Amino acid sequence: MDALRRQLLDLFGPHRAIVNEAALLAYECDGFTVHKARPLAVVLPESTAEVQRVVRLLRAHRVPFVPRGAGTCLSGGPTPAQPAVVIETARMKQILRVSPEDLLAVVQPGVVNADLTRAVQHLGLHYAPDPSSQTVCTIGGNLAENSGGPHCFKYGMTTDHVLAAEVVLADGEVARLGSALGPHAMGELDLVGLFTGSEGTFGIATEITVRLSPDPEAVRTLLAAFASMEAACGAVSDIVAAGLVPAALEILDQATIRAVEASVYRAGYPQDAAAVLLVELDGPALAVDEDAQAVRAICARRAALSTEEAADPENRKRLWKGRKGAFGAMGRLSTDLYVLDGVVPRTRLVETLRAITGIGARHGVTLTNVFHAGDGNLHPNIAFDGRDPEQTAAVLAAGYEILELCVRMGGSISGEHGIGSEKLDHVPLMFTPDDLEVMRRARSAFDPEGLCNPGKVLPQRGSCAEPARWPKMVERVLGGGEGR
Amino acid sequence: MEPKEVSPYTRTLDCVHCGLCLQACPTYNVLGLETDSPRGRIYFMRMLAEGRIADPEAVRPHLDRCLDCRACETACPSGVRYGEILESVRSSMARQRPPRGFAAWLRRTLLTRLVAHQGRLRFAFALGRLAEVVGVRWLAGAAGILPRHMAVLLPPIPPARERRPLHGTWPARGRERGRVAFFTGCVMEQMFGRIHRATIEVLTANGFTVDVPRAQACCGALLVHDGQAQEAEPLARRNLAAFRDHAVVVNNSAGCGCALKEYGHLLGSAEARDFAARCRDVSEFLHEQGLVATPRPFPHKVAYDDPCHLCHGQGVRKPPRALLGQVPGLTHVPHHDPESCCGSAGIYNLVQPELAWQIGTTKAKALVASGAEAVATGNPGCMLQIRAHLRALGSPMRVVHPVELLVP
Ligand SMILES: Cc1cc2nc3c(=O)[nH]c(=O)nc-3n(C[C@H](O)[C@H](O)[C@H](O)COP(=O)(O)OP(=O)(O)OC[C@H]3O[C@@H](n4cnc5c(N)ncnc54)[C@H](O)[C@@H]3O)c2cc1C
Ligand code: SF4
Ligand code: SF4
Repeated sequence: MDALRRQLLDLFGPHRAIVNEAALLAYECDGFTVHKARPLAVVLPESTAEVQRVVRLLRAHRVPFVPRGAGTCLSGGPTPAQPAVVIETARMKQILRVSPEDLLAVVQPGVVNADLTRAVQHLGLHYAPDPSSQTVCTIGGNLAENSGGPHCFKYGMTTDHVLAAEVVLADGEVARLGSALGPHAMGELDLVGLFTGSEGTFGIATEITVRLSPDPEAVRTLLAAFASMEAACGAVSDIVAAGLVPAALEILDQATIRAVEASVYRAGYPQDAAAVLLVELDGPALAVDEDAQAVRAICARRAALSTEEAADPENRKRLWKGRKGAFGAMGRLSTDLYVLDGVVPRTRLVETLRAITGIGARHGVTLTNVFHAGDGNLHPNIAFDGRDPEQTAAVLAAGYEILELCVRMGGSISGEHGIGSEKLDHVPLMFTPDDLEVMRRARSAFDPEGLCNPGKVLPQRGSCAEPARWPKMVERVLGGGEGR
Repeated sequence: MEPKEVSPYTRTLDCVHCGLCLQACPTYNVLGLETDSPRGRIYFMRMLAEGRIADPEAVRPHLDRCLDCRACETACPSGVRYGEILESVRSSMARQRPPRGFAAWLRRTLLTRLVAHQGRLRFAFALGRLAEVVGVRWLAGAAGILPRHMAVLLPPIPPARERRPLHGTWPARGRERGRVAFFTGCVMEQMFGRIHRATIEVLTANGFTVDVPRAQACCGALLVHDGQAQEAEPLARRNLAAFRDHAVVVNNSAGCGCALKEYGHLLGSAEARDFAARCRDVSEFLHEQGLVATPRPFPHKVAYDDPCHLCHGQGVRKPPRALLGQVPGLTHVPHHDPESCCGSAGIYNLVQPELAWQIGTTKAKALVASGAEAVATGNPGCMLQIRAHLRALGSPMRVVHPVELLVP
């Protein structure tokens, strides 16, 4: 161990290799604060060659590695599940090439999502996937999590915007997946598609080619307030049924509205509404005008309390500010926050939300909801005090039941935040042992020795025969220890 | 303003570990280290309180590298009061084990021996000016007594006529609209007499009588940021007394202004909170009252750079921009990230020279890229830092205080 740490220090120097136990505490969790584990060391390479060098060294020591971008993951992705070294990409943040003609950019993995858009906006272009964490999260993390965002209802998830990736595999070899022409252009297997969403378990991406999108001619943002969640969800169903394809359809419930309004992300949302619906329309100016009319009419039919429209970019930013900051604003309610991520068919949103409220009440937890209503992607947020094991256990148990409910409703256990370590127990709710075996084989093809972010995404063989009644994460929390 | 009782530990619990503050942090941006990010530092301070970090020395370098610029507070949706936590923790760490070494000596000497005592400071500056004339400063740099980039940063000390104290009353010109007190600060008075004179000129021309009480003291900001809060308390009390009778206390230095507005937290008394509520940055005050004297034309491209302690510390962003908008002929040019720290941050550039150098260079490059002919920013430290880095890049861009452009 000490020998390895010394070698890492020699390779990277004291500012790019962290080996001090106290300092390593800063890396013991991501945005999912239940799972805590200190890495053996953290290194910050700046090039593909440096990544290769450290991966080879680790393999020689038979020590696994965990890639890490900004550590905003909400499912424990960059937190080691077994003793491992973290390879942090924060110093790989060069935009290597922008090609407006081909509508693509080649970036290092540590480039921040919003920085990429900022760098190309003078060309009338943007990078479409827009997770709420976009001001800080990295393209590498987005790729690994197949992240989504409010605008993904119309434009698709990260996987729809990644053309190619250069990745360093567990043995230190460099592989190029996909091509700038698009993943299918060469008639080959869609390997970059397979890599996308692999949560760091297939290797580490060191260069990513992404699609850039032209800015729409016109954008309209509307905010409608409703006296009930039923009415808000009803409006969403009507909008979709009318054949409209808004760029985004977001709902915030009352508790979220109040948290947002009490924070720096104050957006002027009406605080007496039971729910607000944020609708963004974009495209050719004429079409957008017509669609905005139609949305207004639908909201009026669903007895909206008020409908507000942002007339300029400034106000549009304001209306979005509350939605984008909802997570952090919830942080004011307690010391920790558990952000769930489940999907249900749009038509069952109201029923599911009602059942979720019941589950929350039964476990005695404080729960709020904000969600991408267009794709039925729910984000129940639970505020709690992580220093209290009983409370933490209650929160995890409630979370487990909520995701179980989503599956029962015909949905899934993750829309965009990934499985990581958080949802290992939930995986058997959705997949049969055979399904899991297929995924394991795919994984072994990339990482036969299990050196890339081991212990994530796929539960160990044998543990999946039967869905757990009592999630293991809860046992681990109640059992004390570092929650590994 | 909250009463003093809420412990810094309780405040660390406001952080939910979301990371939304990361990109706002200049040290994270340069180093890429979670250990040198707001989230990491808050976690360390929490772990110190929870006992999971036994020896504070293990994380001291990461806490020391913090600029206390508070960009993280602006970015944080959860309302974490970073500055308060850091200043309390720095204080208690300094009490437990006073830091040693050159940087610590420099700090102590600069802060407690000089800055806090106007008389001594005046003397030191007079000596400095003498040395300047004889060229000692250059010698000191060349002989390696001061690290090279520190020598570059030291600005020329202005001649004596600009360093004369301004105590007394300056009557309003034309119809009197009101009366204000002027807080002059310590370093400001010595280094930037020019700006003080401009401030008085602008205030009086706009119809305000200006009192400059002799009894005022240094604001104590540098001491508070450096973890020496107790040393700052007597200074704060002197200021409460000096400005007891003034409805408005105007200042022209973002760092001092921020500290004055935080006296409520420092002293925890109702009187201090009342004082804090009466303090205004000069741009804030003039914007509230409206200009009646048209500024002299300034037909140039000007970039405005937000001092951290004005935008993040006091939430003042619009007033200086709006006032500059009223200068005839002035064109405002935007530049990348005006709210990011320039690396000056009190005495940071003296104690963390390498990091400050990188942060300052980033700022200067953004300004050069904007094509501005002058940059306006309302904090003395920032002005020095920005000017030094512009010159290092070979840029002749002028660095001014916004109030200098408002002189009629
Ligand atoms: C406030 C907040 C809001 C959020 N909103 C959204 C949202 O709207 N939509 C959404 O989808 N997610 C959201 N997230 C979750 C999170 O931001 C995303 O998952 C994001 O993509 C993570 O990026 P990161 O750079 O922080 O990666 P990290 O958290 O550092 O890592 C995430 C995973 O990616 C792996 N990884 C990182 N870099 C690489 C690489 N170069 N190669 C291979 N693997 C790598 C890691 O091992 C880990 O498993 C939110 C999180 C927060 C805190
Ligand atoms: S933004 Fe606020 S809550 Fe989030 S990590 Fe930073 S300090 Fe903590
Ligand atoms: S005060 Fe400034 S330097 Fe310190 S953590 Fe916050 S953003 Fe970073």
